[in-house]
Amino acid sequence: MSTPTPAAARPLAIDQASRSGGLRAFGLWLGVALLLVVLPFVIRTPVAVPIMSQMGIAIVFALSFNMLLGQGGMLSFGHAVYFGVGGFIAAHALNLAAARGVYLPVPLVPLAGGLGGLVFAMIFGAFSTIRSGTVFAMISLGVGELMAASSLIFDRFFGGEEGITTNRAKAPLLFGLTFTKDREVYYLIAFWVVVTAAAMYAFSRTPIGRIANAVRDNPERAEFVGYSPRWVRYVSFCAAGLFAGIAGGLFAVNYEILTAENMGLNASGAVLLMTYIGGIGYFLGPIMGAVVFTFLQSMLSDYTGIWLLYLGILFLATVLFVPAGLAGLLMLHAPAWRAGRLPRLIGPYLLVAVFGVVAAVGVVGAFEMTHFLASAESTRATKRLFGVAVAPRTAAPWLAFIALTAVGALGLRWAAPRATAALAEANRPGPSR
Amino acid sequence: MLQIAFFSVLNGLVYGMLLFMLSSGLTLIFGMMGVLNFAHAGFYMLGAYVAYTMGLYIGFWPALLVAPVLVGVAGALVERHGLRRVHRFGHVAELVFTFGVALLIEEVVALVWGRPAKAYEVPALLDFPLFRVFGSSFPAYKGFMLLVAVAIFLFIFAILSRTRAGLIIQASLTHPGMVAMLGHNVPRVFMVVFGIGSALAGLAGVIAGPVLGTFPGMAQVLGSIVFVVVVIGGLGSLTGAFVASLLIGIVQTFAVALDVSVGNVLMALGVPARASVALHDIWKVTIAQVAPIMPYLLLVLVLMIRPTGLFGTRET
Amino acid sequence: MPRPKNALILTVILALVIGLAPDAAPQDTIRIGYIDPLSGPFAATGENGLNQFRYAADAINKAGGVLGKKLELVPLDNKVSPQESLIQLKKVIGEGIPFIFQGNSSGVAHAISDAVQKHNERNAGNRVLYLNYSAVDPALTNDKCHYWHFRFDAHADMKMAALTDVIQANRNIKKIYILGQDYSFGKAVAEAAVSMLGKKRPDIQIVGNELHPIGKVKDFSPYVQKIVASGADAVITGNWGADMIGLAKAANDGGLKVPFYTYYAASDGVTAAIGAAGVDRIRLVHETHPGNPTAPKALGDYITGYRKLHPQNDVNQPRIHTALNMLALAIKKAGTIDVDKVAAALEGLEYTNVGGDQVIMRREDHQLQMPVYISVHTNKGIKHDLDASGFGLSLESKVERDKAMQPSACKMQRPS
Repeated sequence: MSTPTPAAARPLAIDQASRSGGLRAFGLWLGVALLLVVLPFVIRTPVAVPIMSQMGIAIVFALSFNMLLGQGGMLSFGHAVYFGVGGFIAAHALNLAAARGVYLPVPLVPLAGGLGGLVFAMIFGAFSTIRSGTVFAMISLGVGELMAASSLIFDRFFGGEEGITTNRAKAPLLFGLTFTKDREVYYLIAFWVVVTAAAMYAFSRTPIGRIANAVRDNPERAEFVGYSPRWVRYVSFCAAGLFAGIAGGLFAVNYEILTAENMGLNASGAVLLMTYIGGIGYFLGPIMGAVVFTFLQSMLSDYTGIWLLYLGILFLATVLFVPAGLAGLLMLHAPAWRAGRLPRLIGPYLLVAVFGVVAAVGVVGAFEMTHFLASAESTRATKRLFGVAVAPRTAAPWLAFIALTAVGALGLRWAAPRATAALAEANRPGPSR
Repeated sequence: MLQIAFFSVLNGLVYGMLLFMLSSGLTLIFGMMGVLNFAHAGFYMLGAYVAYTMGLYIGFWPALLVAPVLVGVAGALVERHGLRRVHRFGHVAELVFTFGVALLIEEVVALVWGRPAKAYEVPALLDFPLFRVFGSSFPAYKGFMLLVAVAIFLFIFAILSRTRAGLIIQASLTHPGMVAMLGHNVPRVFMVVFGIGSALAGLAGVIAGPVLGTFPGMAQVLGSIVFVVVVIGGLGSLTGAFVASLLIGIVQTFAVALDVSVGNVLMALGVPARASVALHDIWKVTIAQVAPIMPYLLLVLVLMIRPTGLFGTRET
Repeated sequence: MPRPKNALILTVILALVIGLAPDAAPQDTIRIGYIDPLSGPFAATGENGLNQFRYAADAINKAGGVLGKKLELVPLDNKVSPQESLIQLKKVIGEGIPFIFQGNSSGVAHAISDAVQKHNERNAGNRVLYLNYSAVDPALTNDKCHYWHFRFDAHADMKMAALTDVIQANRNIKKIYILGQDYSFGKAVAEAAVSMLGKKRPDIQIVGNELHPIGKVKDFSPYVQKIVASGADAVITGNWGADMIGLAKAANDGGLKVPFYTYYAASDGVTAAIGAAGVDRIRLVHETHPGNPTAPKALGDYITGYRKLHPQNDVNQPRIHTALNMLALAIKKAGTIDVDKVAAALEGLEYTNVGGDQVIMRREDHQLQMPVYISVHTNKGIKHDLDASGFGLSLESKVERDKAMQPSACKMQRPS
């Protein structure tokens, strides 16, 4: 029998926001929208805009996933199916629009994706949501693998190994807006991010959204109160499929290609990773997770071939030690922030950061050298690490990195309890001392 | 036709027994602890790699004995320090944890051994054709694989049903609370079972590495199929795992061998030929191309209709 | 409740983000992207290809570089996924890299070619040149051709024409089995085989024509069983990478002894897997002299030099040397790295490659015209072996450049 989720995972950050009133919440959304508009002008490197577009898509996808996991308690290993199917339908719709078969301008393409995701979620959800827990997870895995494997069979819809390509420059225009430049696509994605995030937030506040939380925590009791857990799960599932489909549609517009991989286990695994790292108990969690994950995935892969290992370690560390995720970590400081005692933490945290960086450099260095020795680069003698050329075949760099790790670890053992105590002290209710 | 059937049965048996070696450990873990161990296929991969590396220094046969033990120890450690800690957060957290472990194992293997496939070869002692019939030969190594798998089945069966430890394990499968109250160290039983399950997976890796290839993606290749086997066979049921593995192994191998198209099958079932226009995409598709999705179709069907599987007694 | 490990996690993230200082990229290099698999079932092919690019680039740099600058290769792992390749392409464009090479998998090539064309049409000031060194689906220089795509390998139809000539001359072959990977290239090979055999040897019966999922088949024994059961006298396959290794292993295990006519049954582990069982039986169609029995001097030196650096790998894609050198030549000719001018210079460019062949980049469809070679897997007279196995490829026949040319259906739109 499933045990109830721990307290850390239950309270949603929105509970606090609701006390401040609707106007303030609206202001918050407006602020976010403005930030998104201004961002491309603040960060001017050319590679930033495509990455921000990628982040936007990931945000919508992760938020839709959290409707299932965080709010509904349903762990799905096949959520990418609805993302992928939404994308394929959007791509086909865009191609149809390009051939003037239907009037569908680019800004409305994600809706086609959403529709596709919704329809498939309604079909598959009919039997997927009969039970929750492990059975649900297994069915979702089965459906995911089924769809991914079917792509070679239904190759008119899925395009076989090459996938389906589309061209957003050929679609009919809405208000004369073209979407040939990266920045224009970014604004379209940003618009949809705000709209869908607001919609998903609103959904979580509706009665059925709140009951979904109840069903997650105690389905038997929810049933006694009068709601059918199965029906509630089904509705959540369909809603999640809708928004995943919208994310897929955005993907189709941005990359103009969909392949079977977009539906597969890797994509489903990625969204699980990013949502969990961000924190499943908070609305902001998946957003943070999507941003961090996309950022690390894009930037890290430039510097190291083992970025997925680092992400995996981060994920596992989150699961084991910080199950509330990044958002949970931030929320942990909420009482201190409200009491204005955050500055006290700077000192202890800085100490921890310093030792942490030292330990991390040691560990990362050792990993990178191991990777170097096992990969194609091993014919070269040296590798540039942290700006210095090291020779992994000699003992010196190994000793150095091990020493760094040891120093860092010992320092952390000393500094961390002080930081913990400082946080507890800062969070303590009552007047500041 | 007879030749294809004969070799398909043989190859199917070999593949099925390999699946059984993998799924036996998984079904025990699943049935006993309620944990769907995503990392199980990862231990399979570790077994292959560890055996490959050890084999370079001490030869295939000593590695065959030592590698599974090492992998079993690794599994026990994962249970003791990772899974046990996550257990109190619920089933979902456990699933997510094992998923993370699976990812980590794959990345660590790629880190230490590199991404290209390793030349893990069949040992010279077994590198000959066992027999030659219908113009095609059957390698002795595959016969060896069959032998090992059957031996494992008998071994597990004997342990579970004839020894005291086995009885405790069986009891823990269905009534862990009662077993704990009788004074047995149930967490230790869990750890031991997890370790043995991982060791079995490792052994499967040692044996299958030369045949199915030793590369960092080898866990993903078999990972999902093993879950299918366990679920279809029934959680915690060894007999179920055995039957389901053979079923899937033979069906998949036969499917590849058949040159029949879906249209042919549908027509044989009475669907009129006019339907070929509407079902255009799948009409011409051969059963061989459909083969990869059949296990998953079966999985979804079983979960819908009979979630306890063919031989199982509980669902989660 | 906060734990010290939380802090550790935060700092790990911090360290990862700021700690890994990148190589300060020197400003005076010409950056060339290499988008191919460096992980996954085809990693061996991608990694060896990268090494060959680096080797060729080092030689050019030693001789003074191009326009006074050194060539710098930027490897990007695409895991043979069209998806991932486009993400890498966006990175390439974002970082201002003007040239990219790609070759493993025509599926990926289609995606990249399409994306490059769209991008170049929409961003005239920021174009990218796509140099395809190994993806041989004929469609890429036929109905999917465009101005910014150049191909440096003989495409599948050119190669099949040569293969079928050899089969045509062998009167012992009456039944043929075609096996391939289920994607654009595999399908193109099957189509070309059926149509060309139909014209040259209508008496040959095609007893099997099968496609299997690419990179996913673990055990090829069932396929080998089918080949044996069909009574085929020969097998045609375009399989490469892990799929070719698997097929070779299963064929050996299953005792299949018929001749194989292949595109990629050598090197990257395949030659070692075939071993003694395939001597005088496995044939390969490819684009530069195999180096045995007597290699042209420049080629022999090139191979020996590469072997010193990489004892376990082979120069199995000499077209890499050709492609990189032709690009360097075009840049020199154009006097700039401006993509449009380099493309104009590359069109119609003639070059004598390391094997001594005179090749020319056809203007009409950007397909490099070259002679085509047929070699056989053997251990006799092998001076330059493959996979350090003692086995290698020995030249059997050569189709001259003008005879190897195939007509094109390309209607290229040139930028004004």
